[in-house]
Amino acid sequence: MNPFTYSRATDGNAALSELAAANGQAKLLGGGTNLIDLMKMGVEQPKKLIDINRLAPLAKIEELPGGGLRLGALSRNSDVAEHPLVRERYPVLSQALLAGASPQLRNMATTGGNLLQRTRCYYFYDPAFPACNKRQPGSGCGALEGFNRIHAILGQSDQCIATHPSDMCVALAALEAVVRVQGPKGEREIPFGEFHTLPGEHLENDTVLGKDELITAVDLPAAPWVKHSHYLKVRDRASYTFALVSVAAVLEIDGGTIKQARIALGGVAHKPWRAKEAEQKLAGSRADEAAFRAAADAALAGAKGYKYNSFKIELARRAIVRALGTLAGTPRSA
Amino acid sequence: MNTPSIGQPLDRIDGWLKVTGGARYSAEIPVSGVVHGVLIRSTIANGRVAAMDIAAAEKLPGVLAVLTPFNAPRLPDKPGGVNDPRGGRRISVLQNDRVFYYNQPIGVALAETFERAVHAAELVNVRYDEQPPLVDLLSNESRAYAPRPPISRDRPVDQSRGDAASALADAAARVETTYFEPVENHNPMEPHATTAVWETPERLTVYDATQGIHNTRHRLANIFGLPPDHVRVICYFLGGGFGSKGPVWEHTALAALCAQKLGRPVKIALSRQGMFNNTGFRPELYQRIAFGADADGRLVAQRHECLQHNSMIDEFVESASVVTRMLYQCPHNYSSHRLVRLNIGTPSYMRAPGEASGTFALEGGMDELAYELKIDPVEFRLRNHADTDPSENDKPWSSKHLKECYQLGAEKFGWAKHNPHPRSMRTADGRWLVGYGMATASYPTRRSPSSAVARLLADGTALVQAGTQDLGTGTYTIMTQIAADALGLPVWKIRFELGDTLFPETPGSGGSQTAASTGSAVFNACTALKQRLVELAVNDLRSPLHGKSPGDVNVVNGRIQLVDFSVNGGSEPRQDNWIGETFADVVQRTGQPFVEVKADFKPANGEKFSMHSFGAQFCEVHVDSDLGRIRVARWTGVFAPGKILNAKTARSQLIGGIIYGIGMALLEETVYDKRDGRIVNPNLAEYHVPVNADVPQMEIAFVEEEDPHINPIGVKGIGEIGITGVCAALANAVFHATGKRVRELPITLDKLLG
Ligand SMILES: Cc1cc2nc3c(=O)[nH]c(=O)nc-3n(C[C@H](O)[C@H](O)[C@H](O)COP(=O)(O)OP(=O)(O)OC[C@H]3O[C@@H](n4cnc5c(N)ncnc54)[C@H](O)[C@@H]3O)c2cc1C
Repeated sequence: MNPFTYSRATDGNAALSELAAANGQAKLLGGGTNLIDLMKMGVEQPKKLIDINRLAPLAKIEELPGGGLRLGALSRNSDVAEHPLVRERYPVLSQALLAGASPQLRNMATTGGNLLQRTRCYYFYDPAFPACNKRQPGSGCGALEGFNRIHAILGQSDQCIATHPSDMCVALAALEAVVRVQGPKGEREIPFGEFHTLPGEHLENDTVLGKDELITAVDLPAAPWVKHSHYLKVRDRASYTFALVSVAAVLEIDGGTIKQARIALGGVAHKPWRAKEAEQKLAGSRADEAAFRAAADAALAGAKGYKYNSFKIELARRAIVRALGTLAGTPRSA
Repeated sequence: MNTPSIGQPLDRIDGWLKVTGGARYSAEIPVSGVVHGVLIRSTIANGRVAAMDIAAAEKLPGVLAVLTPFNAPRLPDKPGGVNDPRGGRRISVLQNDRVFYYNQPIGVALAETFERAVHAAELVNVRYDEQPPLVDLLSNESRAYAPRPPISRDRPVDQSRGDAASALADAAARVETTYFEPVENHNPMEPHATTAVWETPERLTVYDATQGIHNTRHRLANIFGLPPDHVRVICYFLGGGFGSKGPVWEHTALAALCAQKLGRPVKIALSRQGMFNNTGFRPELYQRIAFGADADGRLVAQRHECLQHNSMIDEFVESASVVTRMLYQCPHNYSSHRLVRLNIGTPSYMRAPGEASGTFALEGGMDELAYELKIDPVEFRLRNHADTDPSENDKPWSSKHLKECYQLGAEKFGWAKHNPHPRSMRTADGRWLVGYGMATASYPTRRSPSSAVARLLADGTALVQAGTQDLGTGTYTIMTQIAADALGLPVWKIRFELGDTLFPETPGSGGSQTAASTGSAVFNACTALKQRLVELAVNDLRSPLHGKSPGDVNVVNGRIQLVDFSVNGGSEPRQDNWIGETFADVVQRTGQPFVEVKADFKPANGEKFSMHSFGAQFCEVHVDSDLGRIRVARWTGVFAPGKILNAKTARSQLIGGIIYGIGMALLEETVYDKRDGRIVNPNLAEYHVPVNADVPQMEIAFVEEEDPHINPIGVKGIGEIGITGVCAALANAVFHATGKRVRELPITLDKLLG
């Protein structure tokens, strides 16, 4: 752990100007459940921590006109998961949050911090491993030919096969949330699907957020049909571990026919993975297992596995079928 | 009569201290002026430390020194010392620049605060002469060698009776296969820690998280060239150890070395990551078995060959085949152990070393053979029950109630209700396959010489001391109960103390031997103390019992009383509550502050009897038919482990053992990157131990067992038997659920997807 200075921001603008003044050397402190860990490991080495926990306006969960919901960046994962409107309108989000981490961690973890939590790739997390393009640009990818059981099967590159570990974000991807951001140039809104990046030129960045920007909130658009949603998380132990594969599924079914669907996958890609091909397959088809299988095949069509994670391709397929089946209430075929 | 305390589910007497934070674990004991030491650990697995640049670290304010192989004081090169492999686990203690495994301590940063020491350690720049490490076991099998005997304390490395090869060839039914398990780490909740204080240049006190304070004392005395009584080791509480805190590892010797160098107390507390490779682990192990039976389901031959890795510097054998030699009646038996040296830390004892892993292959193989023969697995085991110990020339057992365990277990579990065909049972919603599995549990009764001292104080209370340890298992509590019953005092009048080498010497808390060995010493000391007090009374003119025979009195609640044997022809002696006196009276009359007796326990009857605990494990698993997820639905374990000292702590030990086994079977694996020997998951986020949601409803039952041969208290020990058979019971249940034999631990869902 490197020495750093600590300050507590009293209002959003102060936080922003401190951030700008630090020239990329500062980090905002949310719940600290990921950042502090990474600082202990020597992966993150900020010179300055700006504690934003006292920015009360950012902690709110507010209803938006028209039926949407605004989750302040500092709202805690536990509070979001248990919020009556989240449970009622966006059950997939509540389920995803409750499937993540532990109660103690969720009590600390914030909406903003969760969006920005970093990959659990072993080769990234421990600087004893010399090769990690994300930690040390140009050093190579330790996972590519290493132990890659938890790694990506979709959208990866030879430069990085890390996955985004969040459960919450998978639900937000399916809900087409909007990330609200404030920076030196004012506010902007980023559609969820564009917030996280695929491995490209700047592997050190997982998102399009600028180093001088602050997340203020996540907006959940009004869409009454997303009430019919479900989160399935498949993992190595029954609780308290990251997903091998997870599925956020949203279905609108009318008289046995699917009107529209949204599917997002977790644990499979560098970002929460929206399976649009699968959604297209489902739209207009009957809500039965054959359709779910076809959708799952479409979702995984471009998948590629490695030495230790090829099983995830079939697992993801089956998880999609299971999640959709659970949601549609279709009986399982023997 | 006193209500006996032994057997009662007495709450932990240290429970209150623990839940209020009053219990001080070794790293928490305040030592004024303590310096914090943080290990610098190797990031390569093989080679030499070429240079260490410590200039930047040393310049930090508050940093006192950075010790490296290049500047560390040299230790005396003496027999039993740091360079003598017979002294204990082989450790380097910065005495040379060789790196044998990843994470090996190659330096210590010492500072006034922990944070400074951490930072200093990170600032040290290390240059290595790196050699390609050997990491993979199977591809290096040609380098396998036979270890130095004995293994498992007193067993041969290889054992052969009859002619297994030809008997196997002729067997009517045969199973030949390989069982595999990866490296597993103990991960006790409390990390290892040592604080070393040199009281004088010749006298050392250490506060150590250790399963053996006397072992630590002897080892440190040898390493530093001191008489043993110049080293005092203290350990009042432990947050688990599971074997990892048995040996003396690098950090303990380093704390003493650094403290000597600085002339100040030094504390080194390991981080979770620092424990991996440095504090032992269960080695990677291939068990190749071939079992054969005749058409009636009687075993004719068993072959059990073990291949494991070992470190470059030391030797530890996971004695997995030993249980196959003794558990079933089988005329032809061959077993062996081979090791391959790799650039991996030294493996060591981990909960039921040998038996936990051996029963995985043995009891898995037995299940396979039972299915091959179409015989119910319980029935198959009954048919092959060993009435005497086949591994020791048919020596009789001191006691054995395995048949009763099978029977009671099957009954409680409802074994008879299941359809034995694989994939034949499902949960009501149809999504989960249901599987039943069972296995035999077995663990040897280990005993070692031990001693204890008991004092009756003038206020009528007793102080009993033994230099043993409480791993969190309940040693404080059961020793108190033993002492209370032996003395004839209520438990609240007993104060039992442990964890200090000033107390009488006892063996390490390992091999499930503490209750059996130190419990017996406590019993002997307290029994002798009671006798002494009675003698003092009957021989004292001032006592109302003067002139009575010691046989005519008994002790109730600390009062020595005359017993009237004249009633009913002596069959129902009547207590005379009027004639007698208290222990306190006797002690006060001596004019001394207390009456004290020290006593030893020495194991006997070992030549005459084979001594083991036995049990039966039954479990139900549910396997997600699409996703391969495994949930343990319920567990029934029935054990015959001799006398139960405390129904509550006993149950906790067995549950703990089973949970440890669930982790081993389904979750745990320390992953080494085969390219460079680095550990991929040295933390509790990625090294999965069971959480509450993984643990089912547990039913534990005991078959009552009186064993007069093992020790005066009839105790066999229960720390380890709980884990034995667990992996096999689960693998067998998974087979029954899915039709798939997974012989490779951990049984993760990917292995069931196909
Ligand atoms: C043992 C363990 C198990 C876990 N298991 C799971 C799991 O199963 N599923 C899962 O989804 N997650 C899991 N997590 C991760 C957890 O969800 C994240 O650590 C948490 O959500 C991060 O939130 P935080 O507020 O603590 O972020 P912090 O650690 O405070 O910050 C994380 C990052 O976000 C930045 N940041 C924070 N707030 C803002 C803001 N408002 N604007 C801009 N930047 C900001 C910080 O600077 C930092 O870079 C686990 C974590 C641990 C330690």
